[in-house]
Amino acid sequence: MASVDGYDAVIGLEVHVQLGTESKMFTDAPYYFGASPNELTNPVVMGMPGTLPVLNKRAIEKTIQVGLMLGCEIPQVSKWDRKHYYYPDMPKNYQISQYDQPLCLGGSVEIELDGPSRNVMGEHRRVSLTRIHLEEDVGKLTHVADGSLVDYNRAGAPLIEIVTEPDIFSPEEAFAFLTSLRNTLQNAGISDCDMEKGQMRCDANVSVKPVGTTKLGTKVELKNLNSISGVRNGLRYEIDRQIRELKAGATIVQQTRRWDAEAGVTSLMRTKEEAQDYRYFPDPDLMPVRISEDWKSQLAEGLPELPFDRQRRYMADYSLPYTVTSVLCSNRQLSVFFEEAIRQHNNPLAIANLITNDLLRELGAASSGSEVEDGERRSLDSLGVSAVGVADLVAMVDKGVLSNQMAKEVLSGMIATGQSAEAVAEAKGLRQSSDSGEIEAICRQAMEENPKAVQEFLAGNEKSINAIKGRVMKATQGKANPTLVDQVLRKLLASG
Amino acid sequence: MNQDSLAYLPASKLARLLASGELTSVELSRSVLERAEHLNAQVNAFLGWDGEDLMAQAEASDKRRKADKALGFFDGIPVALKNNIAVKGSLLTCGSRMLENFVSPYDATVVERMKAAGMLVWGRLNMDEFAMGSSTETSYFGSTANPWDLTRTPGGSSGGSAAALAAGMSPITLGSDTGGSIRQPAAFCGIYGLKPTYGRVSRYGLVAFASSLDQIGPFGHCVEDVARMMEVLCGVDPKDSSSYPAPVSPFHAELELALTGGRPMVLGLPVEYFKEDGLDPAVRRAMDEVVAYYKGIGWQIKDVSLPNSHLAVPTYYVIATAEASSNLARFDGIRYTHRSESASDAVDVYFKSRGEGFGEEVKRRIILGTFVLSSGYHDAYYLKAQLVRTLIRNDFSKAFGEVDLVLTPTTPSPAFVRGERITDPLQMYLNDIYTICPNLTGLPAISVPCGFASQNLPVGFQLIAPHFEEVRLLTAARAYEKGNDWHTRHPAL
Repeated sequence: MASVDGYDAVIGLEVHVQLGTESKMFTDAPYYFGASPNELTNPVVMGMPGTLPVLNKRAIEKTIQVGLMLGCEIPQVSKWDRKHYYYPDMPKNYQISQYDQPLCLGGSVEIELDGPSRNVMGEHRRVSLTRIHLEEDVGKLTHVADGSLVDYNRAGAPLIEIVTEPDIFSPEEAFAFLTSLRNTLQNAGISDCDMEKGQMRCDANVSVKPVGTTKLGTKVELKNLNSISGVRNGLRYEIDRQIRELKAGATIVQQTRRWDAEAGVTSLMRTKEEAQDYRYFPDPDLMPVRISEDWKSQLAEGLPELPFDRQRRYMADYSLPYTVTSVLCSNRQLSVFFEEAIRQHNNPLAIANLITNDLLRELGAASSGSEVEDGERRSLDSLGVSAVGVADLVAMVDKGVLSNQMAKEVLSGMIATGQSAEAVAEAKGLRQSSDSGEIEAICRQAMEENPKAVQEFLAGNEKSINAIKGRVMKATQGKANPTLVDQVLRKLLASG
Repeated sequence: MNQDSLAYLPASKLARLLASGELTSVELSRSVLERAEHLNAQVNAFLGWDGEDLMAQAEASDKRRKADKALGFFDGIPVALKNNIAVKGSLLTCGSRMLENFVSPYDATVVERMKAAGMLVWGRLNMDEFAMGSSTETSYFGSTANPWDLTRTPGGSSGGSAAALAAGMSPITLGSDTGGSIRQPAAFCGIYGLKPTYGRVSRYGLVAFASSLDQIGPFGHCVEDVARMMEVLCGVDPKDSSSYPAPVSPFHAELELALTGGRPMVLGLPVEYFKEDGLDPAVRRAMDEVVAYYKGIGWQIKDVSLPNSHLAVPTYYVIATAEASSNLARFDGIRYTHRSESASDAVDVYFKSRGEGFGEEVKRRIILGTFVLSSGYHDAYYLKAQLVRTLIRNDFSKAFGEVDLVLTPTTPSPAFVRGERITDPLQMYLNDIYTICPNLTGLPAISVPCGFASQNLPVGFQLIAPHFEEVRLLTAARAYEKGNDWHTRHPAL
């Protein structure tokens, strides 16, 4: 627990995630991002009199899958309730949601806290969840000079709400939680979780209490936290504000505050006295859902390995360094690419390094200028290099055909032309020499030209061999296989 | 044939004339239109109709008949709808100022089914505003008269549907029933009205009053009309999660079969219903005669007990208003409803539009429903009502262990005078005392004409069957119809 000025913070999050289904939650109207305003509507979406909702089975399945991944209990029966409030973005003036019988109960999300340095894995722990329920999204209001415009495209899109216990104790933990949750959901194809597109949204409840006490302080709800770093920054500000208030002798009033990312402050939206009575009651238009063990096991079968489990496996099975696995496991596409490549050529470390260093650098260059946040929106496909192509490239290095330096050049060529490693190397005339007879002759000559280095090496100065190697590489214009050069030189030096 | 000779012919009789070529749909439709034009000023059963469209549909039907391509038994029969059932391109007012100018962008599932059967969907029938009322007096567009006595109410909320049929202005009509809104007006107007089992008929396109109670159902001049209309309406609908995949059989043929080959049935009389002080002597007398008739054909009459029936009205008014307060929230002045011209900001749009758009009775029920769902009251009212609803359901399950059908009066009294009860909501609500239980339990029920009280006012009785036993219901109604001719009498208009 990170204490600040004698106070501890206690945080709970409510995370909304849009499920990437083709159609909406209660009707077959399509849903996708970027359509013209009110294009994705029909009489059901618009809440026209007489229309009725019907359940989207795929959305229920995806929610159950999220619950299974996060270790939730999936009750046998789940039901639908109406939550009432008046707002122009909600066509029926009630939202179909789940009140007391959600699809998922309990569960937890594994998070990684910051390690002592970037290269060292931090401590892992699990943040407990209260529940996950499924509901419909609302539309979007845009305020203009002479009124407000409503776009109902988003209205009725399937939305899950993931509610944590007050089990997060710093803004950094909240950041780690959201990062882990997003990786897990992206990894399983549940949602793209793009916060800029509103596919993932987060509200936070935060309170502070004196260190060593157990009674929770009065909570404040934070809204308008529009990015993962926005959550962290908003919480940092709010915790400081509450401690400042308490130190000044004031009491915290239960309230909802809005984070202003530009100004870097939170401001009051409403206090508890103005809280709404949602008048929940079971939606009479929808029957409860029964979830059989069979259905659950079918859904469990389709689930991928969790990102942290995968990372542990990469470290254990392939002896990959932590930093490399962090990158590989931050993105499903990368790990799928990696695993396909090592099936083709079994050198996990070299392939992992090539992906995380060279390929991602190329990707960064290719996508610089576009809006990229935390690895979102990058696509390996855009480079036009296949996993097999990368495997072949590494295999050429391992066979001594290419040096590491040459491999980088070949990779650039592959990206530029879309050709195979073999073809690019051929076209560029990149091929290191592994003819030992030829190399031995060049090595002998280099030793003769550097008697001083030879003497020093024989006197025990190991590094002096590098000077001779440099001569050899220069003479061969860098095409000699450095491993072979090293072997030949040592043999010649040893034989005097 | 002229309009008067066709006016009171049952739809099934008309359909046979169409099939034999003795009548065309154009002739029939012209006579229906003429009669509606002639009588509507007195009765005010219709809010409006599109005569050209009806005639165009009739011509298309006649063409199909000529080509031997009739879509069904009722191809070419006009059917008029209560104005809370959506017809694409047609006003869907629900008798409310709130939806005065609302044109439906889609067809209700029942409308699709009727069109697929070749029926001519026409005419918007008057109703209590959003189906809230028992007299068709809460309509924003004026009240409807009972064709038997124009000073009296036709009942409600489907008063327009009952009055139009009883006055011979449309050979078959549809209404909706949430607490008796088909059966009570059927009794008041001397015709048949059936509320199907909850889930039998799709609610998609029926503007919701109380979603767990609402069902669409037919009004007809005879049992066969009702049975055949049910064949068109029934069936599971993927657009309505509460619709149930029960088999839809040729009800009209099955009931005849059951009548000739079946055993005599046992009818249960709920003892609690006949203790009521509010039961009109004329209704009691009619019931005695019904009982005597059934005994006379060898059927058995047994007393049954529905011990929780005194809780039905309060339970109904908690559940129905709770659901209504939620269902009617969408009428807010923002999109397609009445919008107040004097509203100054967004919140004001809500308050003023709803204040102006809804009538007194609707507001009363929204306030009641909002209250019973409010935090702190939810458990004491809404939750309790749901528990009582289960008790009432259990009462009926127990009764159906002993009898085939439950027999009750449809209403405590014949049609009352217009204006007489509109200022006394409690008195009005008590009118539904016998009809509410089938809605709370989802059971199918029918009102059957069974005579007249003084002043030539029709009286009806009600039969209630177990879930999805519409055939049993219709069989018993038909058994009565065979030996009585009340349904063949018509008002002098």
